[in-house]
Amino acid sequence: MFSLSRMAAIARKEFYHLRRDRLTGGMIAGIPIVMTLLFGYAINNDVRNLNAAVVDEANTSGSRMLVSDIGATQVVRFVRHASSVQELERLIAAAKISVGIYIPPDFEQRRVQGRPPFVQVLVDDSDPTVLGAVRGLRNMPVGHANGGVDAIALRPLFNPERRSAVFIVPGLCGVILTLTMVLFTAIAIVRERERGNLELLITTPISGLELMVGKILPYVVIGYIQISLILALGVGLFDVPVRGALTDFYLGAGVFVTSTLTLGLLISTAAKTQFQAFQMTFMSFLPQLLLSGFMFPFEGMPRAAQLLAELFPLTHFLRIVRGIVLRDADLFVMRDDLWPLAVFFVVVMALATLRFRKRLD
Amino acid sequence: MAHAIETRGLTRRFGMLTAVDSVDLSVPEKCVYGFLGPNGCGKSTTIRMLCGLLRPSAGSATVLGVDSVEQAETLKQKIGYMTQRFSLYEDLTVVENLRFMTEIYQLPRRQRGLVVSRQLERFQLAGRERQLAGTLSGGQRQRLALASVTMHDPELLFLDEPTSAVDPESRREFWDIIFELVDQGATVLVTTHFMDEAERCHHLAILDEGRLVAEGTPSQLRDSIPATVVELETTRSRKVREALASLPAVLDVAQLGSRLHALVNPDVDAPVQYLERALNEVSLPAECRLVMPNLEDVFVMATRSEAR
Repeated sequence: MFSLSRMAAIARKEFYHLRRDRLTGGMIAGIPIVMTLLFGYAINNDVRNLNAAVVDEANTSGSRMLVSDIGATQVVRFVRHASSVQELERLIAAAKISVGIYIPPDFEQRRVQGRPPFVQVLVDDSDPTVLGAVRGLRNMPVGHANGGVDAIALRPLFNPERRSAVFIVPGLCGVILTLTMVLFTAIAIVRERERGNLELLITTPISGLELMVGKILPYVVIGYIQISLILALGVGLFDVPVRGALTDFYLGAGVFVTSTLTLGLLISTAAKTQFQAFQMTFMSFLPQLLLSGFMFPFEGMPRAAQLLAELFPLTHFLRIVRGIVLRDADLFVMRDDLWPLAVFFVVVMALATLRFRKRLD
Repeated sequence: MAHAIETRGLTRRFGMLTAVDSVDLSVPEKCVYGFLGPNGCGKSTTIRMLCGLLRPSAGSATVLGVDSVEQAETLKQKIGYMTQRFSLYEDLTVVENLRFMTEIYQLPRRQRGLVVSRQLERFQLAGRERQLAGTLSGGQRQRLALASVTMHDPELLFLDEPTSAVDPESRREFWDIIFELVDQGATVLVTTHFMDEAERCHHLAILDEGRLVAEGTPSQLRDSIPATVVELETTRSRKVREALASLPAVLDVAQLGSRLHALVNPDVDAPVQYLERALNEVSLPAECRLVMPNLEDVFVMATRSEAR
């Protein structure tokens, strides 16, 4: 016989568990609050203020007017000057700017003769949303062009066919690593605690750091296997071009994997059960997924969300991996995204080691 | 006599609860020291403090001549702690577990293979090298656990209820190994619920609600029991027991099969006659005789609630 009261007893007991398990209780409210805030405030597909540079070889009142009109659209924001198309390309590869505007010396003649294009716009299309945003610039009133050719010519630098796999696969390396590395490490340590192995280990002469690093190492290897798989699939099935050096890709990935693993370690020092570890991993993963620039354009987020995103390893790795794979950048060029990973590693590793005491109290 | 462990006012509180309450212990070297007490009496907490896993809330412990808190790390090289719960890796084989522990204890590389085969032999695990630890029987698991915490030849061993889930045959074998370790110079502190095991210890300490309530060799404890023990033979043990419990001079009653042990206030001059008279009055005749106290009686006396 099905007994309602027995069923109610089970349900009541479950609430007792939840009440005793503060963390899970907190997550019940925390996840929807954080997610709503992120989606509501931070995620904005309306991209504005892309970093841009201009090379104005015409330097006439007309060309200066055009540059100021483009700036007035707020689609781009001029952050630096460049002196040649080559320099624009270099700046884009290094992710200093997303858009480069080149006005040729014969700008005025072209305009008078109606011989387009009058202006060329170089676009960093390793981030697909940038290209979408910049398209609007083509409608700027620069003068009448003959023959149905745009007066402003867009020049996507990296993925002119706009194949989505090309954008997604390199980023996917970072996203999958973030999830699995953090989860594996957190679970691996919490499992030792749950099964009672840790009580034995902490009575032996092993040090906290030895235990931590020993636990991390196998997962670094696993991480490398995973990104190799993703990249191989991307190249084999989706024709993702690998423009940069593989050594740079693997070195950068190594730095990223080690730094993101420490997050798993930190979680493991706080979580008491594997279930809690899983929840905390999820909690740390979603903001990274949403704010890093993988799903939604980084440029479209408000300043506060961007600052928050700068703390996440995934944000920096996405830039590094897109730079190396799609824009043929090298690690030295991407150094501004490497050092935050190193800082993250040092800080979080220190926190985790401090929190992991070889005592039970 | 040199002492392996000496504690002064050792205390541990968890919030409102005092798990261990100013315990003064002196554990002599090279002996089996038994920790006896009901569940939750603070045995495991005391051991964890002695191993440096928990900080005492008050008091201090000197273990193998050093402070258990300040020198916890140096101590860890010299002690072995077999936890109450099986704490090796169930998804690793016997040999993989042992091998892992030789590495954790940093035994010299060349000796590791030798030590592992020595332990397999000594703990009767030879032939089971490739078996997963999780599939071992209770007795085998405990032998594996003991094998893994003795491979670095610790001077001091803590065994927390090592035989609670083990059949009598395996228990006997397990104790043979314990005595072998003591013969080789180790000091063993063991917790147990079994009186026959307590009987085998050189020294005993009885803990109750975090306090040390009795200490000494088993014979000292039996001799100094503050009660006269009368054994009663009866067919109506439940009724007799109730009748005895209501007598003011009877401190406690323990049942051993069909026999009862009445712990009588030592001030009563003729305890046998006293009990016979009292039982006759309620027409519950029983055969009474004076007996030597056993450890069970000692334990019941030391942990009975009126004593507090």
